Amino acid sequence: MLHYGLTIDDVFETNRMIEEANLDVRTITMGIGLLDCCDPDPAAMRCKVYDKITHKAEHLVHVGEIISERYGIPIVNKRISITPAALIAASCEDPQYPEFAQTLDRAAKAVGVNFIGGFSALVQKGMTRSDRLLIESIPEAIATTDRVCSSVNVGTSRSGINMDAVSLLGRKILDLAGRTADRDSIGCAKLVVFCNAPDDNPFMAGAFHGVGEADTVINVGVSGPGVVRSALKGVRGENFEVLCETIKKTAFKITRVGQLVAQEAASMLNVPFGIIDLSLAPTPAIGDSIAEIFHEMGLEYAGAPGTTAALAILNDQVKKGGLMASSFVGGLSGAFIPVSEDQAMAKAAEIGSLTIEKLEAMTCVCSVGLDMIAIPGDTPASSVSGIIADEMAIGMVNSKTTAVRVIPVQGKKAGDHAEFGGLLGSAPIISVNPYSCEEFIARGGRIPAPVHSYKN
Amino acid sequence: MKGVISVVGEDHVGIIAGICTLLAESNVNVLDISQSITDGLFHMMMIVDMAQSDDEFHSLDMKLTECGKQLGVQVKLQSDTIFRSMHRI
Repeated sequence: MLHYGLTIDDVFETNRMIEEANLDVRTITMGIGLLDCCDPDPAAMRCKVYDKITHKAEHLVHVGEIISERYGIPIVNKRISITPAALIAASCEDPQYPEFAQTLDRAAKAVGVNFIGGFSALVQKGMTRSDRLLIESIPEAIATTDRVCSSVNVGTSRSGINMDAVSLLGRKILDLAGRTADRDSIGCAKLVVFCNAPDDNPFMAGAFHGVGEADTVINVGVSGPGVVRSALKGVRGENFEVLCETIKKTAFKITRVGQLVAQEAASMLNVPFGIIDLSLAPTPAIGDSIAEIFHEMGLEYAGAPGTTAALAILNDQVKKGGLMASSFVGGLSGAFIPVSEDQAMAKAAEIGSLTIEKLEAMTCVCSVGLDMIAIPGDTPASSVSGIIADEMAIGMVNSKTTAVRVIPVQGKKAGDHAEFGGLLGSAPIISVNPYSCEEFIARGGRIPAPVHSYKN
Repeated sequence: MKGVISVVGEDHVGIIAGICTLLAESNVNVLDISQSITDGLFHMMMIVDMAQSDDEFHSLDMKLTECGKQLGVQVKLQSDTIFRSMHRI
């Protein structure tokens, strides 16, 4: 031990995590409030929105690069989240949403961020005119932009589920899939439907800047499935106590790096630090996979009996380790289980080990929901809505965030393959239950909040 | 600002000398060195004080990377804060 308090083992352990186990900071996301950009003239509103985003985030990418170099750790994404657009555009008689989205796209490109989230509406209890127009415009807005991400919160544990919005979104998801059919319906990768959406989520496509937030904040999403897997290699055959302790300690170390980066970024940008999102977010890279963690835990493939228990352990231990490492934890915080973005999950789906029903069960114990799942292009809108309704019900009843990001790949059927490219990865198209829920979805109206939400 | 320089590579004569010469030229003070050889692989960690250095972090990092290439080893400069954050409460 050197008297400066670090050992050679400490230094090389950290650097092995970075170089061999894909430890990185997944995203620094700047949340920007746009309520002060409201204007009855849509062109004037767009002008204010563009100016505010490009002013506030002017140095975001550069600061991310400086921090990355200083600590020798990759910071994969620099991103922006904004106040849900439907709230800003409610000030206009004609919100001109596609132009609004294009303005966001230009602002994102001007400051060099790879995604901007918040083309969003919060409609859990009802839709305003502005909300409805935004949802109607999503297919055109997303298909005509490159970096804009959209989300709609259709349910909460306190308010129940807005089934009119669920029904509408089933149709809009298919419309968006059709408009981007030439690229395996990739537009749907940029639209998330939420129950209990967090206000401070730094991860795309579901990030937006909640109305209770400060004007501008820095939120950071850490990652590190590869680091957890690598740590678990050292405890093969040990009991669950040892397994859990190992995940917890690893999560602590990963999160400390996120906390450091968040504080440094907040200080350099002179913006308050918001939260650390503890999520384990996989990428298509070999060794950066949640399903590989399951394998290391002792499951042949993701989806095998025991998978839900394994995921519950992982999710809980990540939180327990991470909570002590950060002063403020928020966002989604848990494990993500996307299919296309995780090559070993995609492989499990391909061989039939992972079905949409098993994925749905897994979402009861992890931080998000049905994520990046390619389904047949001829899935009826009502079935897409039914999938959403099921997932929203899980979130509502269990007082947790759930989300749906499914991609009905146009022109392809179960067993075919969809290629999204880059971090979005590729996935087999998995089958959806063929029986109809059309009459159920057509009822319309709202599902009331569950009894245990009445806590006052 | 304190930096941590880590070096990994095949052991041979002159690795420490090469790096220390560069640090001296850049007016960087070496506070501590820890070094080991495992299976013929040279590992070294140095803690350095860059407060009086003529180089900014970026340029010193570039020089060390280049020096590492000439010596046939991998050299990395990082702020010490990342290690303290991760390994010390």
